[in-house]
Amino acid sequence: MKAAPFEYSRPADIDEACALLGGDEGARIIAGGQTLVPMMAMRLSRPTRLIDVSRISALSYIREEDGHLAIGAATRQCVVENDPIVATRMPLLAAVMPWIGHAATRARGTVGGSLANADPAAELALVAVTLDATLTYREAGRNGDIPASEFFIGPTITALPMAACLMEVRFPIWRDGHIGVGFHEVSARRSDFAFVSAAAQVTVDEDGICRRIAIGVGAVTDVPIRLERVEQELSGNRPDAARLRPAIEGALADVDVTADLHASAPYRRRVAATLALRAITDALASAKQRGPDAC
Amino acid sequence: MRVELTVNGAIHGVDVEPRTTLLDALRDNLGLTGAHAGCEHGVCGACTVLCDGAAVRSCLMFAVQADGIAITTIEGVTPGPGELSILQDAFCETHGMQCGYCTPAMILAAHALLTNNPAPSRGDIVDAISGNICRCTGYAQIVDAIALAAERIRGVNRPPEAGA
Amino acid sequence: MSEAPRTFRFVSSDRRVREDRRFVVGKGRFAADIAVPGLRHVALVTCPYPAARIVGIDKTAALAMPGVHYVLDGRELAAATLPLAAGLDTPHVPRRPLAVDIARYAGEWVVAVVADTRALAEDAAERVKISYERLPFVLDAEDALKSDAPLVHAGHGSNVLLDRTFVWGEVERDFAESPRHLSLRVKWGRSSTVPIETFAVAASWDPWREMLDVWASIQMPKYPDQTATALKLPASSVRVHYDVDVGGSYGVKRGIKHTVLVGYLTKRLGFPVRLIEDRLENMRGGDAHGPERLFDVDVAFDDTGVIRSMRMRALDNVGAYAGRSPFQLGKPVGAIVGPYRIRSVQYRAIAVTSNKTVQEAVRAFGQSPTNYAIERIIEEVANSLGLDRLEARRRNLIRKEEFPYLIPSGSTYDSGDYHTVIDKVLAHADYGALVAERDRLRAGGMLAGIGLATCLEPSGGNSSFEPLLNPKNTTTTWMDSCRISVDATGAITATMHTASAGQGHETLVGTVVGETLELDPERIRVVRPDSLSALPSNSPVGSRMAVMLGGAAFHAARKLREKLVAIASHDLGVPLERAHYREGGVFDRDAPERRLGWMDLVTVAHRNFHKLPPDMEPGLSVSHVMQVPTGGALPTADGRVQMYPCFSFEFHLILMAIDPELGKPEIRRYVVGHDCGTVINPKIVHGMTMGGIAHGIGAALYEEFAYDDEGQLLAQSFMDYLLPSSHEVPPVEIVHHVTPSPHTVFGQKGSGESGYLGAPAAIASAINDALKPLGISVNTLPIKVSLLGDMIAAAREKIGEPQGVE
Ligand SMILES: Cc1cc2nc3c(=O)[nH]c(=O)nc-3n(C[C@@H](O)[C@H](O)[C@H](O)COP(=O)(O)OP(=O)(O)OC[C@H]3O[C@@H](n4cnc5c(N)ncnc54)[C@H](O)[C@@H]3O)c2cc1C
Ligand code: FES
Ligand code: FES
Repeated sequence: MKAAPFEYSRPADIDEACALLGGDEGARIIAGGQTLVPMMAMRLSRPTRLIDVSRISALSYIREEDGHLAIGAATRQCVVENDPIVATRMPLLAAVMPWIGHAATRARGTVGGSLANADPAAELALVAVTLDATLTYREAGRNGDIPASEFFIGPTITALPMAACLMEVRFPIWRDGHIGVGFHEVSARRSDFAFVSAAAQVTVDEDGICRRIAIGVGAVTDVPIRLERVEQELSGNRPDAARLRPAIEGALADVDVTADLHASAPYRRRVAATLALRAITDALASAKQRGPDAC
Repeated sequence: MRVELTVNGAIHGVDVEPRTTLLDALRDNLGLTGAHAGCEHGVCGACTVLCDGAAVRSCLMFAVQADGIAITTIEGVTPGPGELSILQDAFCETHGMQCGYCTPAMILAAHALLTNNPAPSRGDIVDAISGNICRCTGYAQIVDAIALAAERIRGVNRPPEAGA
Repeated sequence: MSEAPRTFRFVSSDRRVREDRRFVVGKGRFAADIAVPGLRHVALVTCPYPAARIVGIDKTAALAMPGVHYVLDGRELAAATLPLAAGLDTPHVPRRPLAVDIARYAGEWVVAVVADTRALAEDAAERVKISYERLPFVLDAEDALKSDAPLVHAGHGSNVLLDRTFVWGEVERDFAESPRHLSLRVKWGRSSTVPIETFAVAASWDPWREMLDVWASIQMPKYPDQTATALKLPASSVRVHYDVDVGGSYGVKRGIKHTVLVGYLTKRLGFPVRLIEDRLENMRGGDAHGPERLFDVDVAFDDTGVIRSMRMRALDNVGAYAGRSPFQLGKPVGAIVGPYRIRSVQYRAIAVTSNKTVQEAVRAFGQSPTNYAIERIIEEVANSLGLDRLEARRRNLIRKEEFPYLIPSGSTYDSGDYHTVIDKVLAHADYGALVAERDRLRAGGMLAGIGLATCLEPSGGNSSFEPLLNPKNTTTTWMDSCRISVDATGAITATMHTASAGQGHETLVGTVVGETLELDPERIRVVRPDSLSALPSNSPVGSRMAVMLGGAAFHAARKLREKLVAIASHDLGVPLERAHYREGGVFDRDAPERRLGWMDLVTVAHRNFHKLPPDMEPGLSVSHVMQVPTGGALPTADGRVQMYPCFSFEFHLILMAIDPELGKPEIRRYVVGHDCGTVINPKIVHGMTMGGIAHGIGAALYEEFAYDDEGQLLAQSFMDYLLPSSHEVPPVEIVHHVTPSPHTVFGQKGSGESGYLGAPAAIASAINDALKPLGISVNTLPIKVSLLGDMIAAAREKIGEPQGVE
């Protein structure tokens, strides 16, 4: 299990990375390598050149700006996991981090690598879709933005142009009311990729009315999805447990659900509803607990 | 390709193909055979080494990516010929192994844990080694070893007048 | 053999395991660590189809690459070697390292490439062009039995390798006379032991000395002999180095095909050659897979739940070739009734070939699936009568006073006290509270169940299943040995003659020799000579080393003591009976001050021939070759035989909770009662038990070599073959009990398998208890989350239970 031969470059900055990428059709970016290297070892991926962006410091940061939390693409997952700004401003992101592989994979794996890899079960992809993140890339000296809702196209397929380097992901910070989050996933072993995952973020006002809600489901179909019908039904209302499950089931009814070695399609559809419900329930409960000063 | 690896405090220049993993370079070029290949695709953790103190899988890094990083292998945490570290000794005390194939990696994962968290709960320990598969032991004596080592290390650090 | 001391100095005390020191510093010497100068590397080209004729092999592009030395195909290898040894008498099912003309499973090795590095060998392997003509294939064991099934080996005439029916006792009568009958079909999925180290072997041929040196990660009886035979070499030309640490095996590290392959290559090419399987080669085509077995069990019982008779049909899918695996249907004969007093048994054992990866020996050698089947049926007996599952077991268990106990298939169980072990476990766990906890979980909306399982671990490994299933095989000898030498400086060195995979055999030998010589075990050096300097061993299979290596070490040490006593008696001028051995010295019992110390005796033996008793060999070297206790007889005509001498017992008690919405099972409590006779090293026995349980959890819940309908293996990486991690293995409380074996020197029995024997049955039991309120049961392993979740959802829908309740 040895990779096929390739050339290795470590550009000093993003533009050099982009130039290298543009100059070689078979070139691929390597960030944390936690997905790419196994694929190469099995020779399922055989880039002619690896462009290592993991040490470009301009791609590694976490900062709050303009009501957003911006994270550089090459920021290691372990850094996000332990970051105090993430913990307070982006609790949903903080909640999913420990579920991404193991400590040893998070020590190398990056935020941008996970997003660019677009695994349907990736927790970061789910959060990006759920919170309407924006992804910024650079290509041939120009920056471009893609909303998360358009970024993920299929399993390991994204809207990122061929010769582009992902630079940043920006998550809007919600400031309207008491924020609460919920996240659940099911996998065979605790640290495996999920069969089904669900993430929810809500704000409730003093009267317990749900002001805003985002609910996303991962791993059930080719890309993470939002349950928009449920969001519409809930926002502006006082949550009613009895109506919630049918609403979620309705929202999932037309989804083209994946079946594989690990989980059947009916399982995924059914459990997606369960986990979505649990994520919303947890989010509502934690919103009530946290109070407004939390955000 | 020429790369300078800083391993266990010493700098070694090695000539490797870009595709040579850090694991293979450590084993084949530097003769440090304490890191083992179990799967070569990132799941078993047998190849774990420390990179700047963090436990990482050396099968998922190419050697050419590792220059300038302080790499520590099991050979580097062994105090000297015939001597064991507290953690290594604790693994012997509880028999935290059988075949010994996963053991160096387990010890390094534990090392990384105890460096950041000197008083881990059992849950913390279980979590810290969850990326290291051991087929022999069922983990119990490994968890015991790490808990014992944590306790002993805390004991060593305690000032003598504290009565320990 | 009751001459053993009753109280021990070192045996049973919680001493460190001497092997551990080298492992914690990364100085184990595994096969991949052995740097033979000039080593070249092998990569394999495998067949992508479950069955195909090899039409052409074009090596040109591969051979043209710089650094590539050779491309070997099956025909060339077959012309120069003999087929690998098979267990059964199946001459038309030849097995060879590389496929010859026809490949019979996806992943079968077709071509081997030798190059300067493994990476280069893989590059070249991609350039070997093989053209195939696809052939019909069969995957399922029952399909393979059908008359129109594609034949995996046309020359054999059918897919059936073995179909034997044994009748032990009055089965017809017992069934006719029993008021109640019950049938059950259960399935054990294809899983295995999957050590973290794959198989590795390096071989180096020296044409001037005519010697093949081999370093390999093996656990294989008669490995040097089988390798030599296949390579057409005298076994004295094959030197296997046993001082290689093996990174886990639990049965599978057989490696004959690998070794014959590299042995041929090094001879052919004139430089050392190494094959380290990568995980893909290992899982698809290495010695990787274990039993895949379908059981149909019928029992006849009375109104009180006492089982009188059992009919069992076991259909095993052994994969594409025979190997040793069909024997895994034979070993369970030695404990075919488990710990129960079932007085008659009909057992039909069927092994069929299919176009799947070959099955190899797995921990407990076929007993674990059988135990699962027995434990499932006893629970169904209880359920059918509305009887408590524990009570049903108690009524059927062999009682303490009935030992030694002859079971219908001819084995006599040596000793045991099953009821007491169970009582101890129940007391430790506070069974009443555990039941209350289950009911509390249920009341809270969870599915919850208590799992119970007993199991017997036959140990001491004789090979009686060989003559039982293959009449041409008359083997009844199954040895292990130890040599102890004391050199002229008084230092003691003991030997063992096999590699180990973590079972602490050096510690075992040191402890036993130290115990017997009354000397600190740390003083006993334990070494592993190579196969040409070795005494006979049959390797650590069949939970045999505590009994056999421990026994051999004991007897060798006794011989050494006797020799020392004889020297002292001669030199002190006292009769033998008065010469008394203590802690390395010998004294006159009537005048204890008259004493010869260790060095005095050593000096006489090594330097003072004039002081030696007449006719005594000089020096201090003794050895003992031990035969399995109670072994040695061929099976009777109706297939009764003593299979293994000692029988350990375990009782597993667990509490599981299942989230009904997710179908995800969780072990909340795990208590196990363990009786393996006298424990030689508690740390080792503890570890073996825990490791076995973890392995059993894997087989029950996570691990399966699943195939798709096209014959492709779906679980061929660690992303898809799921070994339990620290998150999945709960803390286990172990309750010990000691019923010594009368057949062994210290009363010890084997202990490496019982965790694996009981855990799958216990987990199945807990899950079925949890499912009982829904009126469903699951009779297939592994019980995967999605499957369980779908079953629960269907059942809840049927009984109209609302879903989605939080
Ligand atoms: C044992 C194990 C368990 C895991 N479990 C999980 C899990 O539960 N959940 C989960 O989400 N992930 C999991 N992962 C994968 C996760 O660890 C990876 O970190 C992540 O998927 C990829 O990040 P990376 O930085 O390692 O990217 P790499 O592997 O370096 O790259 C992945 C892909 O992204 C591309 N890429 C990377 N960076 C950029 C960029 N800046 N611009 C453009 N393209 C780029 C690469 O070219 C490549 O195609 C697991 C991995 C392992 C080994
Ligand atoms: S060998 Fe690196 S994780 Fe398995
Ligand atoms: S000790 Fe053998 S794999 Fe852990």
